[in-house]
Amino acid sequence: MPLRVEKNKCTGCGACITECPYDAIRIEGGKAEIGEYCQLCQTCVSSCAEGAIEEYSEDHNRDLDGLSAYNGIWIFAEQRAGRVAPVSFELLGEGGKLARKRGVALSAVLFGATRAEALELIRWGADRVYFSGGDIFKNFEDEPNARLLASLIEEHRPEVVLAGATAIGRSFLPRVAARLRTGLTADCTGLEIEPETGNLIQTRPAYGGNIMASILSPNTRPQMATVRPKVMKRGLYDEGRQGEIIEVKAEGLKSRAKVIGSVRDDEGEAKANLQEADVIVSGGRGLKCKEGFRMLAELAGLVGGAVGASRAAVDEGWIPYCHQVGQTGKTVAPKLYIACGISGAVQHLVGMQSADIIVAINKNAEAPIFNVATYGLVGDLNEVVPLLIRKLKERKNGG
Amino acid sequence: MKIVVCIKQVPDTAEVKINYETGTLVREGVPSIINPYDMHAIEAALCLRETLGAKVMAVTMGPPQAEAVLREAVSLGVDEGLLVTGREFAGGDTLATACALSGVIRTIGADLIICGKQAIDGDTGQVGPAVAEFLDIPHVSYVRKIVEAAPGSIKVERLMDEGVDVVQAELPALITVVRELNCPRLPSLKGKIAAKKAEIKKLSASEIGLTPEVVGFNGSPTQVKKIFTPQPRGGRKMLEGSLEEQVEALIHELAEKKCL
Ligand SMILES: Cc1cc2nc3c(=O)[nH]c(=O)nc-3n(C[C@H](O)[C@H](O)[C@H](O)COP(=O)(O)OP(=O)(O)OC[C@H]3O[C@@H](n4cnc5c(N)ncnc54)[C@H](O)[C@@H]3O)c2cc1C
Ligand SMILES: Nc1ncnc2c1ncn2[C@@H]1O[C@H](COP(=O)(O)O)[C@@H](O)[C@H]1O
Repeated sequence: MPLRVEKNKCTGCGACITECPYDAIRIEGGKAEIGEYCQLCQTCVSSCAEGAIEEYSEDHNRDLDGLSAYNGIWIFAEQRAGRVAPVSFELLGEGGKLARKRGVALSAVLFGATRAEALELIRWGADRVYFSGGDIFKNFEDEPNARLLASLIEEHRPEVVLAGATAIGRSFLPRVAARLRTGLTADCTGLEIEPETGNLIQTRPAYGGNIMASILSPNTRPQMATVRPKVMKRGLYDEGRQGEIIEVKAEGLKSRAKVIGSVRDDEGEAKANLQEADVIVSGGRGLKCKEGFRMLAELAGLVGGAVGASRAAVDEGWIPYCHQVGQTGKTVAPKLYIACGISGAVQHLVGMQSADIIVAINKNAEAPIFNVATYGLVGDLNEVVPLLIRKLKERKNGG
Repeated sequence: MKIVVCIKQVPDTAEVKINYETGTLVREGVPSIINPYDMHAIEAALCLRETLGAKVMAVTMGPPQAEAVLREAVSLGVDEGLLVTGREFAGGDTLATACALSGVIRTIGADLIICGKQAIDGDTGQVGPAVAEFLDIPHVSYVRKIVEAAPGSIKVERLMDEGVDVVQAELPALITVVRELNCPRLPSLKGKIAAKKAEIKKLSASEIGLTPEVVGFNGSPTQVKKIFTPQPRGGRKMLEGSLEEQVEALIHELAEKKCL
């Protein structure tokens, strides 16, 4: 919302001027004045000890009554090669909570796959599934997915639409939101209903995870969000659960960007699948060489996990980029994350700090990784990791 | 052929510190840079120019200071920089930003639009696909390789959560690119001189055929309600004793927590 300075509270101290990233504030007549460079980032609001900078709302003349025509919580159930992706069940768990709070139905949308998969969505908590088995959905292409989802939304008017913050969800949902001219919040880690208004409070990390922001779309419906995988809890699976499957026709959909093949990755890109892994063993510059990752792969094998890496290790060429965890790599949230020889730079931390348990192995006791660690081991990883491997093997063999 | 690269000026998040008392970002003295992914977008455009003989334009929407990133783009070899700026654009979310960028692209025309995968300040990655929707053209996200580009179509490799797809798109199209695509060049001396002299054209909403209601704060359905610093993780336990004891303690703890 636009910002203004309450002149009688402002002391002209200039704190806001130093904080303003856009150089948009001046002192005029002893009081702060927000000028035309203002980007409404609100940094000044919290910088003001006097609380003199506040938001004010302009009358936008929006039809708030029209919002009540929107009803129900929807989740987009993404499928890959005909199977519903696990994040969809998490969305049903979270969507179910929101639906109960709002006293409305929970629906899933499934394009491609089979009726049997649609039924699974009901067992995981959907009251209704809008299902389209069209061939056009066999491979993921943005336009048909965006077009059909948007037209279903226009027809049925849900108040909330959630999808996974996956490669698929993050790619085509912005098209849906743009088509409907509605709000979309990326990569949420928390969702809540504001009781007075029914607005969805969408919380997400920004600035590389340095800050969290809570976002609202108060004047438009539906409220759309992509939700980070592995953060929300699945609901209960009930084999006897009943629901309705509504077949939707996929007609007249065009796709001007077609999938014409796939690349089998010699480096095992597909196998990296870090985002779904329950355990990740990750290595950084402390590994010193490519061979270090062989050791980590062995450890990962023993604990049933995937191998991750810091950017430094990727930049050294020790392991392909698809393994990189962090701000410019993958965001992961496994049950267990073992960081070996990783210092814990903030760009790395934002990609892994929502792991349930973090084990840090580093020879420098001052390394920042220990600040986020659940268990810290100070020592040389070339001793610790082989020891860990040996003990785990003994444990396995010993039953 | 005309290629438009969308670039954003962002604070270098590596340098951003947090004031834990006020819960705000300390941005004083934090340098502004071209969003790192957009550097790869620029590089891709310049490489295509070499093979296809295209004209490469960089556009950015932002405050007047954002002109700096356009000059930097020119120093790298981009033919022309366009700055979409004005009070009406302030406070725009991804929808309003995409609306503004689609407005300028419609005005200047483009066969191929290249965006970064995401901006490192907001980390949303929503602007690119939304621009494509506003322009009613196809898009491909997470492009890691441009296999083939010809006047009417482009073939690319797209990085998905599981594996890599080969995608063929009709032009005009928009692609968003990842780091693996290429290694951005450094500015040349000649480029630096060109950048100093370059005229950066400034455009307002009306000049790109948009009304102030659809851009900036007015055109933004999402609003930031509050900003706070994440809760620090608690419960750290430094393991003690010899390495052997530490490792044993770790296995014990992990087994207890059912992680093994
Ligand atoms: C825009 C931007 C985006 C970025 N994105 C990412 C990202 O996505 N992911 C990412 O990881 N980084 C990212 N970075 C880089 C990040 O800032 C750090 O440079 C990087 O994470 C450091 O990797 P590292 O911890 O492996 O290396 P270092 O910082 O060099 O740390 C190595 C650690 O290993 C320890 N060590 C050394 N030898 C041993 C040994 N024998 N036994 C035990 N410990 C040992 C050292 O004590 C040290 O703590 C980004 C940076 C920028 C500017
Ligand atoms: N204000 C802007 N001006 C120009 N391009 C932008 C702007 N914001 C975003 N982009 C482009 O959209 C991409 C994704 O940004 P975002 O959706 O903000 O994460 C960036 O990498 C840029 O290519």
